[in-house]
Amino acid sequence: MLEIKNLHARADNKDILRGIDLKVNAGEVHAIMGPNGSGKSTLAQVLAGRDVYKVTAGEITYQGRNLFELSPEERAHQGIFMAFQYPVEIPGVSNVYFLRAALNSIRRARGLAELDAMDFMAVAREKAKAFGLDESLLTRSVNQGFSGGEKKRNEVFQMAVLEPTLAILDETDSGLDIDALKIVADGVNALRSPDRAIILVTHYQRLLNYIIPDYVHILINGKIVKVGKKDLALELEQRGYAWVGEAVASA
Amino acid sequence: MLGSAKPSPVPEPARADMESLLLKSVSKQEETYLDQFRQGQKELAGWGHPWLDQVRREAMARFSGLGFPTTHREEWKYTNVAPLARIPFRPAGFVLNGLTQEKLSRFLLSDPGSSCLVFVNGHWCPGFSSLEELPQGVYAGSLADILENNPTRVEEHLARYAAFQEHAFVALNTAFLNDGAFIEISPGLVLDKPIHLLFISTVSDTATVTHPRNLILAGPSTQATIFESYVSLEDGVYMTNAVTEVVVGENAVITHCKLQEESRQAFHIATLQVQQARNSTFASHSISLGGGLVRNEINAVLGGEGIHCELNGLYAVNGSQHVDNHTLVDHAQPHCTSHELYKGILDDKASGVFNGSIVVRQDAQKTDAIQRNKNLLLSKDALINTKPQLDILADDVRCTHGATVGQVDQEAVFYLRSRGIDEEAARRVLIHGFAREIIERIKVEALVTLLEERLSAHLSTYHKTRERV
Repeated sequence: MLEIKNLHARADNKDILRGIDLKVNAGEVHAIMGPNGSGKSTLAQVLAGRDVYKVTAGEITYQGRNLFELSPEERAHQGIFMAFQYPVEIPGVSNVYFLRAALNSIRRARGLAELDAMDFMAVAREKAKAFGLDESLLTRSVNQGFSGGEKKRNEVFQMAVLEPTLAILDETDSGLDIDALKIVADGVNALRSPDRAIILVTHYQRLLNYIIPDYVHILINGKIVKVGKKDLALELEQRGYAWVGEAVASA
Repeated sequence: MLGSAKPSPVPEPARADMESLLLKSVSKQEETYLDQFRQGQKELAGWGHPWLDQVRREAMARFSGLGFPTTHREEWKYTNVAPLARIPFRPAGFVLNGLTQEKLSRFLLSDPGSSCLVFVNGHWCPGFSSLEELPQGVYAGSLADILENNPTRVEEHLARYAAFQEHAFVALNTAFLNDGAFIEISPGLVLDKPIHLLFISTVSDTATVTHPRNLILAGPSTQATIFESYVSLEDGVYMTNAVTEVVVGENAVITHCKLQEESRQAFHIATLQVQQARNSTFASHSISLGGGLVRNEINAVLGGEGIHCELNGLYAVNGSQHVDNHTLVDHAQPHCTSHELYKGILDDKASGVFNGSIVVRQDAQKTDAIQRNKNLLLSKDALINTKPQLDILADDVRCTHGATVGQVDQEAVFYLRSRGIDEEAARRVLIHGFAREIIERIKVEALVTLLEERLSAHLSTYHKTRERV
C-alpha cells in the first residue's frame, strides 16, 4: 500500500529525515517509535502533505501512485488520514459542519452522493457515542476550549467517521489518561481490517499494550535504525533509546 | 394623541442667529446644506415648535461653524470625507422606483411574528411596514408623525444625548431631523420578537442624501431587540447620515443590532448614542458589509452603577471600500462592565479603521473593561488602522485592550485540507468562521439566520483565486 524509499526532508534549513525506508502492506499496523526530535512527526506530516517540510530526496508511492503528486486534500480523498499531534482550534466553525464538509468533499471526489445534515448527524451521533465524546462537543467550534484529551478523542472520532484506508496517528496517545487511551485504542482496533493499514507514531510503549503492532520501527536522528516485532517496543521501554543508539553506533 | 400644535413664532434670538449665520461666509460645500435648510426647513415635520426649531437652527449653525471634518482632525485622521463633501447631494424624496413588497422581502426577518418599520429614502412607508404583532405597551412608528402631532412626547429626549457641538455630521442630521423611527417601550414590558427598522434607498439618477433619525426609549425593566438595517435596491451614489439615540432605562436589557449593507458607491455615516441607567444591560452588534465610505460611531454613556455594556462589531470589506468604526464607552459610575470585540476582514485594496476609546472617570471604581480588535488581511494591499484609547482616571479598575492583525492561519488551512477540503474552500470556511464568532453572539435566531445569509452572500464575492499574502 505504502512504500517509502530513501526519504530525505528538511525544514528551516535543517535536515530532519535522512533516508527513511518503510513498506506498509494492507492489513498491517506499524509502530514508529523514537525519542523527541528524531523526526517521527515530520514523517507523519510529510505523508499528509504539509508543505513546510521540503522533500529533498527519495520517493513515496501510495497505492501505486506517486504521493508527491497529490495535494493534501487529494491524499484525503485517496484514503489517507493523519490524526494531528496538536489538533488546530478553529473558532466559529462547528465540529459537525467541519466534519460533514470533509466527509462530503471526500464522497464527492469518489463520485458518491453527499450526506445531508440529518443523515450526517445520525452517523456523527453514533460514532461520538462510541468514542465517549460528549455530544455537546459536536456543535462547539472545532477543538476550541477542548481539553487535551477531548482534542485527541476528537481526532479519533474524525478518523472513525472518515474511515481512512491509511491512518497515521501522530502521538495521539501522548498526555492521555488510561481510560482515554483505551478509547483511542478501541477506535484504532475497530478500524483494523485486511484492506486498511495503520501507522502509529508514538513516544511510549504503553499504547502498544492495547494496539498490537505487526512491526515496530525505531527512528533516531532521521533514520530507521531498528525494525522488529512488538517485543522490540518492550525491550525499548526497559532499556531506553540510548541502548538502541549505542547498539547502532557499535554495529 | 394631541391635535396638531399651532406653529408658534420663532423666538427672536434664534432668528438673529440665523441672520448672522446667513451673512457669514461658509465654504461652498457647506453652503449647499445651508441653502437646503433655508429653503426646506418649513417642510420639516413639527416646524414651528420653538424647542424643535431652536435645536435645528443651533445644529445648522454648528454645522456651518464646524464644516466637514478634514484629516487634520485627530478623530478623522484616517477617514477622508472630502469626496463626500464635494458632492452636492440633494434631499431624497419618497420615490418607490419599482419597489414592491416582494422585492423588499429579502431584507426582512423570516420570523413571522416580528415587526418592521420600513423607511424609503428616509421617509416612513406605512404600506410596507408591519406592526400588527406589536404587543400593548409599545409604541413604534414614524418620528415625523410624532413631531407633527405630539412633539411634547419626545421633547425631553430628542437630540438631548447625541451631541452635535463637536460633530459636523450629527449637527447636519439634527438640523434636518425629520423622519425615522420612534419607539417607546412601557416599563416592565418584555418583547420576545425583534423590532426591525429597515432603511432602503431606491436610487434615482441624482446624488441624494437622507438624515434618518431614530429615538428609542426603553423604560425600566424592559427587554427588547432592535434591528436597524440599511440597504439599497440598486447600486448608486447617495449618502445616509443617520443618528440613533437609545435611552436604556434602569434594569432594562436592550439589544441593538445593525446591518449596514448600502450600495458600494454610497456614503454611510452613522452615530449610535446610548444612554444607560443603573443596572441596565445594553448589547450592540454592528455588522458592516456594504458602502463605499463608511463611518460608524457608537457612544455609550454608563450613567449608573451595575451597568453592563457589550459592543460587538464585524466589518468585512473588499474592493476599494473604506470602513471606520469609532466607539466610545464612558464609564461614569462605579461597578460597571464593558466588553468589546470588533473583528475585521479586509481584502483587495479595502481599508479600515478601528478606534476604540474607553473613558473611566474618577468615581468609576471597580470598572471592568475589556476591548479587543482582531483583523484578518486577505491581500497585501488591504489596510487597517487600529487604535485603542484608554483614559483612566480611577485607580481600582481592570481595563485590558488588545489588537491583532494577521492572515489566514496556514496551519488551520492545512488541517482542513488534510481532511479532504480543498484549499479555496478551507480558506472560505476559516474566514467565515472568523466572522461567525461575532454573529453567534446574537441570541435572536431569526436575526442570526438573516445575518448568516447576508454574510455568506457577501463573502462569496471575495476573490477566489490569486496570489495570497
